[in-house]
Amino acid sequence: MITLTIDGIEVEVEEGASVLQACEAAGKEVPRFCYHERLSIAGNCRMCLVEMERSPKPVASCAMPAGNGMVIKTDTPMVKKAREGVMEFMLINHPLDCPICDQGGECDLQDQAMGYGAAESRYQEPKRAVENKEMGPLISTIMTRCIHCTRCVRFATEVAGVPQLGAIGRGESMEITTYLEKALASELSGNVVDLCPVGALTSRPYAFQARSWELSHTSSIDVMDALGSHIRVDSRGNQVMRVLPRNNDDINEEWISDKTRHAIDGLRTQRLDRPYLRNAKGRLEEASWDEVFTAIKKALGKAKPEEIAAIAGDLCDAESMFALSQLMDNLGSPHKDCRQDGSVLGQQGEGSYLFNSSIAGIDETDVIFLIGANPRHEAAVLNARIRQNYINRDVKVFRLGAEVDLTYPVTELGDDARLLETLVQKGGPVVTALKRAKRPMIIVGQAALRRKDSMGLLDLVGQLAKQVDLVKKDWNGFNVLHTAAARVAGLMLGFLPGKGGKSTTDIISGLEKGNIKVLYNLGADDIDLSHRENKSFVIYQGSHGDRGAAQADVVLPGAAWSEKDGIYANTEGRVQYAQRVTFPPGDAREDWAIIRALSAAIGQTLGYDDLSGLRQAMMAAIPALGVTDQPQSAKLGKLGRRQAMSASPMRHAIGAGSGVSFYMTCPISRASVTMAECVKAFEINDKAEAAE
Amino acid sequence: MSISRRIADNQPDHFAFSAENKKKIKTILAKYPKERKNSAVLPLLDLAQRQHDNWLPMKAIEAVAEICDMAEIRVLEVATFYTMFNLKPVGKYFIQACGTTPCWLRGSDDVMRCIKDKLGISSGETSACGKFSLLEVECLGACVNAPMVQINDDYYEDLDYMATSELIDRLTADDVPPAGSVRGRQGSQPEPAPTSLTKIVPFPGAKKDKGDDHA
Repeated sequence: MITLTIDGIEVEVEEGASVLQACEAAGKEVPRFCYHERLSIAGNCRMCLVEMERSPKPVASCAMPAGNGMVIKTDTPMVKKAREGVMEFMLINHPLDCPICDQGGECDLQDQAMGYGAAESRYQEPKRAVENKEMGPLISTIMTRCIHCTRCVRFATEVAGVPQLGAIGRGESMEITTYLEKALASELSGNVVDLCPVGALTSRPYAFQARSWELSHTSSIDVMDALGSHIRVDSRGNQVMRVLPRNNDDINEEWISDKTRHAIDGLRTQRLDRPYLRNAKGRLEEASWDEVFTAIKKALGKAKPEEIAAIAGDLCDAESMFALSQLMDNLGSPHKDCRQDGSVLGQQGEGSYLFNSSIAGIDETDVIFLIGANPRHEAAVLNARIRQNYINRDVKVFRLGAEVDLTYPVTELGDDARLLETLVQKGGPVVTALKRAKRPMIIVGQAALRRKDSMGLLDLVGQLAKQVDLVKKDWNGFNVLHTAAARVAGLMLGFLPGKGGKSTTDIISGLEKGNIKVLYNLGADDIDLSHRENKSFVIYQGSHGDRGAAQADVVLPGAAWSEKDGIYANTEGRVQYAQRVTFPPGDAREDWAIIRALSAAIGQTLGYDDLSGLRQAMMAAIPALGVTDQPQSAKLGKLGRRQAMSASPMRHAIGAGSGVSFYMTCPISRASVTMAECVKAFEINDKAEAAE
Repeated sequence: MSISRRIADNQPDHFAFSAENKKKIKTILAKYPKERKNSAVLPLLDLAQRQHDNWLPMKAIEAVAEICDMAEIRVLEVATFYTMFNLKPVGKYFIQACGTTPCWLRGSDDVMRCIKDKLGISSGETSACGKFSLLEVECLGACVNAPMVQINDDYYEDLDYMATSELIDRLTADDVPPAGSVRGRQGSQPEPAPTSLTKIVPFPGAKKDKGDDHA
């Protein structure tokens, strides 16, 4: 520990801390532009100057390591004058266009100019103007405003792992640009907008939409992937205007993916805002709640209990799944499944489906073995964390699965899943590396869990885990990387086939054969019901007019994630609360309320009248859902069962030849215009270029 | 200026180092530790520029990036930072005229004016004949013989209007004058003759040695 004095206050900081960090520890605010906690130190803005005893000049506190016995002053006239000088230089070429700048009101330069800026300029010469750069559909650039802090350059290089941004030229002709002005091809590109301390990089979809002071802020949880990133949703009236990251060191640090940030315009389009009923001609027609409930009652009345089934989708909150699960129990049906992709997880204990090491555990691991996982597209923020650990600690990564650039070097083991058999029997470099590792980690992706031979694959992974001591005294290295926000809560709830119950695949084939007559589809839009029997009856409850609604006989308009209070468990089993930001459109209702109302209409009334009642019942039934904001780690029991492995190559669930675009994975992102533009810019154009 | 304005409109489709230069690259890379390949970026860009008529096409930047294991934008940053790299074609004689204070006080404006009069070009332009390009640069470190210009690899010093004019005439005829002071000064010795160290003063206390002939 180092002891130094800041403005007469003695503070202790860790070895290697900077003077700026020491100042913060002493509660002294130091203005800065280029310095950022999660990026390397550049020391080029000079705004953080402080006075140091026995130094003739002020020092840049961000780049000065704290030393024992240093005496620092941050509030002397010399410091003020030095910072005013820096600010004056900064403002020489900065346009005074704050009234038309999207950053206005939340701009570091604006704020700090209030403290250190002069009332009027002494500058008489012409100001410089810089051409705007093309950075793709998400980032709008007004480069004249740039103050060359290079935060965006460092972010792209260090965190996103796409070194495409740079500063060309020198002195007055220095400019930030991408190489040949291509769009910034990263799933995390939106974060440079947050990092930019001025209005040079702003959000393109949000351009001129709102002022920061008009927005109400709601802290919530992201559902676009299974990480449960902490976000702040900004809304005006009944409209979600933008999504920003909230800091959470254990999950998303302070980054979010572009889908999390920009899929929100999908909340406004393709919405189901009233109930629909299929008429005699086979068309969906607007109806009232009473009419659809009557139709459902009629259909349920005709079906035997074992002819009723339910499937839950990827964005459902735990409450609605719990209510539906209870309703199915009351109706006497064992056929329910929350795994619309046909995954095999869930029957072998909590340890078999959680990210047991926790996301923060990546900071401790030394070897990672990816099996059918593509973290770059399945959990972009988690991939950035792996990359950070590759850079800082040289973590070794092995992969079994299709090749895709993860932004760090990966030892490829091919895409033949039968390799696992060889590894278990004969070993190999990856087995040796895992054995030697203090904290080995295996990450199994969704693509590996929805194969015909997935149980066999899990069995082999289980054997491998035993061989390499994957589970140690204080470490469980078996991890499942989920892609659906609803999945882990669904598995915890036991929204799974009961005794003699059918799984998703069997329910769908049952609908085709006629032994399932009624399907309650709670927001599952990735299942194909086009071959179902004509007499079968499908109820769809969801927020968007996507594939699920088109295939249904009755459509119940539900609320999107931003329009209801809901509980989600992320891939670690961390239970988190999403908050309601706006109200559902038209006649749409919160999902648990629809199920509760329907239960009364069909004479199977569920025993709770409000959300807190439901939550109490749910937490009484599943105590794990009552433990909030803590990663779960469960004992790893038996995994899978013996089964012959097939030769079919290991693909990924999202991105890289899987047929599913990173930008379009759920009804909301599929309805988003911004996401469609991203697909056009990053995927279709790239393909065209590759073909050339 | 955006990148598209900094670089040449007509970019070649290919760039490959010649066999001879590939050998040189091996020598250059051998000077740096294997994990510090980035250090070779300056010599390699220089090599590429010499091979390619004194300017760097984007393909050359990409080739250097590949060899040095760097992102393309990092190499472009370097290439745009230094005035010694040209991203657009230049004339056979690439004149870098110093305009920093010592040269300016000693008459670099006259040198510039002469070039403008004779060739009709200002900084950043190439003459109509295509033979000359001019770039005003900052200090080239020959202040003792100011004003000066650098033409390709050689320094021409002690210039004035007339001397610059003569220099350009001779270059137009491809008669390249010897580098250095145009007034024939050796190094930066005083004119017309050395004013110090003109005679040998024996080191006090040194032994007289008959065989030691300093004259």
